[in-house]
Amino acid sequence: MTRMQRSWPAEGATRVPYWVYQDEEIYREEQRRIFHGPTWNYLCLEAEVAEPGSFLTTFVGEMPVVVTRDPQGALHAFENRCAHRGALICMQARGRAERFNCIYHNWTYDHAGNLTNVAFRKGIAGKGGMPADAHPESQAPKKLRVEAICGLVFGTLSDRTPALADYIGPQILPRMKRVTVKPLKVLGTYTQVLPNNWKLYMDNVKDTYHASLLHLFFTRFRINRLTQKGGVFVSDDGAHHCTYTEIVEDRGDAYETGGMRSAGGAHDFRLQSPELLEQEDELGDNVSIQILSLFPGFVLHQIRNSLAARQVIPKGLERTELNWTLFGFADDDAAMLRRRLLQSNLVGPAGYISMEDGAATGFVQRGVRASPDRASVIEMGGAHIGSGDSRITETAVRGLWKAWRSYMQV
Amino acid sequence: MDLELRLRVEELHARYAHALDNDELERWPDFFTPNGRYRITTAENEARGLPLPVLYAEGQAMLRDRIASLRHANIYEPQRYRHMVSAVLLDEPDTTSIRSIAHFLCLRIMENGESVLYASGRYVDRITLPELRYDERIVICDSRRFDTLLAIPL
Repeated sequence: MTRMQRSWPAEGATRVPYWVYQDEEIYREEQRRIFHGPTWNYLCLEAEVAEPGSFLTTFVGEMPVVVTRDPQGALHAFENRCAHRGALICMQARGRAERFNCIYHNWTYDHAGNLTNVAFRKGIAGKGGMPADAHPESQAPKKLRVEAICGLVFGTLSDRTPALADYIGPQILPRMKRVTVKPLKVLGTYTQVLPNNWKLYMDNVKDTYHASLLHLFFTRFRINRLTQKGGVFVSDDGAHHCTYTEIVEDRGDAYETGGMRSAGGAHDFRLQSPELLEQEDELGDNVSIQILSLFPGFVLHQIRNSLAARQVIPKGLERTELNWTLFGFADDDAAMLRRRLLQSNLVGPAGYISMEDGAATGFVQRGVRASPDRASVIEMGGAHIGSGDSRITETAVRGLWKAWRSYMQV
Repeated sequence: MDLELRLRVEELHARYAHALDNDELERWPDFFTPNGRYRITTAENEARGLPLPVLYAEGQAMLRDRIASLRHANIYEPQRYRHMVSAVLLDEPDTTSIRSIAHFLCLRIMENGESVLYASGRYVDRITLPELRYDERIVICDSRRFDTLLAIPL
């Protein structure tokens, strides 16, 4: 049975069938319709390709991509595939280069990905070489359209993709701009390898309901409980979301009276070193946590003074790489840098409040293995898809699937 | 080089690894001085001069918080480590401390028996004298990739 013959459950927005995480044909179609389709894919921070001539390598879906800044200062991105035999043009993770030479036969590219030289194209002393009418450029690497916004670089492979600001839309763009108020400075990177389909991670990011229930650190230390003031924004097409929590000392006892596992319990749990959590309200709007996602695979977080871009890269049906780039601002002083490094303990593979995400999404992948035609029940907040002031809702998750179905024509 | 001191440093590393691998996590902070620092990072971040840790603690209070959180807050699938620590390279000691570099491999064993090489790297340590404790332990992982999560310290 091919996937296109599969049907979505009759309940519509409140169900997600498990075959979406399991079907090889779906996975291939996603590459074509989503990652190579009319979407903007996060590539890197502008600060990572700040110097003229600099480059880095990354991925859009499965496609290897080189991101460059040319000697005149313009950003480019192109497929990391030589026009000749298809070898990687650029093997290094990052660096500076005058040009890019494929190691296999030394074909040469400029920073825009144009093929500029074919070794021995005219042969030597009239012997060998390509015919005069050869056209190796016909197999040139694809070029991406590139735009930078808020110090973040995105690329798209489709001519149909709207301008980046229009793609993000008026609900979400202001929430992005509120974080990136100054030039960014990279603090470091690492990759978390997740044993699950890429969409399970995006599901998780958009799930405002799980945070205080799965991540007990939040609740035990009263960092984020749903009784604190917050809300969620969802773009009109459902594709992007942003949720936030205000800095408020929670005095409610909804968790305790509700008997939730994450309640404080008889033994009040206290940090011996609470300075790890001390937040400076550097953005001046009293927000302690903001999680923002753009379809298909980008997350921007502010968790207290920890700031990061997360890039979601599918690596097969049941494997996802999550590339974390933590950053600060170029003018951070020593105290702010120390605060950011201490609060980096909250996130990443060892994060007090994020380590569970990799495990939980993997549990779904394993749990649904024998049940492709059963479905998730996503009814917190009814069938509504849109913004609101409650986080006890799955509105942003339904938004993800509304967008996904639209791209996939399912 | 004082052979006895070498043996004592190797014994410290061995006791540290055995405590982690035997799930005696509450003993972990005691291997450090009261202000001892513990930092896991990647070879890539070190090479690029980037300060980002994967896990970072300044002092025993933060180390104890990490263990308390693992025991009482964080949720992760049952797992164990098996550390293999190499012979050490030591600098000449000064009066109060000695620097040590050791290589490590760490296997991760899940409850269903699945075993993987979870991490490899270097321990770059500053160890106090005469009582041997880590005043700084930097765990420089060879790979930038971490499978699923990093709960138990390395």
